[in-house]
Amino acid sequence: MKVQVRYFASLREALGSAETVDVPAGTTLGALRDLLLDRGGRHAEALARGRAVRCALDQTMSDESAVLRDGAEVAFFPPVTGG
Amino acid sequence: MDRVSIQTDDFDLGAEVAAVRAGDAGVGAVATFVGTVRDRNDGSAVSGMELEHYPGMTERAIEAMIDEARRRFDIRAARVVHRVGPLRPGDQIVLVAVTSAHRGQAFQACEFLMDYLKTQAPFWKKEATPEGARWVDARVADDAALARWGIQANNA
Repeated sequence: MKVQVRYFASLREALGSAETVDVPAGTTLGALRDLLLDRGGRHAEALARGRAVRCALDQTMSDESAVLRDGAEVAFFPPVTGG
Repeated sequence: MDRVSIQTDDFDLGAEVAAVRAGDAGVGAVATFVGTVRDRNDGSAVSGMELEHYPGMTERAIEAMIDEARRRFDIRAARVVHRVGPLRPGDQIVLVAVTSAHRGQAFQACEFLMDYLKTQAPFWKKEATPEGARWVDARVADDAALARWGIQANNA
């Protein structure tokens, strides 16, 4: 199935605004992050496990155990700094 | 009136206060918070900043925060305005305005909304300093501020 992955702030600068990714059914947010990490290069650096990366599923803050559905909108971004 | 506005334009505090209490004679208190751009941060001079957000999610997140504030506090109305795009030192960034019958609930709900927004609304600041542009780091103190309301934040 396909999910749309969006990046913001420093992750957007490193990886671009968005990409569509093919994932197996039942993939979690954390597994998607690992799949992107496995590409190496800029993805491995920007999404490295030691870095503070937050995520959202369908525009709601989520943790990495959340399960994706076909057509989901996923976002990865650094800790938020508004206000 | 919309409860949430994300905009590049500046806002007028007086006009916002007038609008948030308009037509409600039960209002006895209006509490507001205005956040502004400082000219220093983390030991460096700041000459300007760029605020990025997640269109759609940002509005939804703040709407949900206002729903939660209405559940927790006896308030009559609330409004949040947050600017995005390029900003200069001294500029207004964010407004939270809350009305209630008496001051206590308005003060509390206003602080609650700001604490919530700092750690849960998708905005990111990139500031310009003499050493170059840098993304602002999240603060653990902001997570602690939200924890006082019984909400666990794991932002910073």
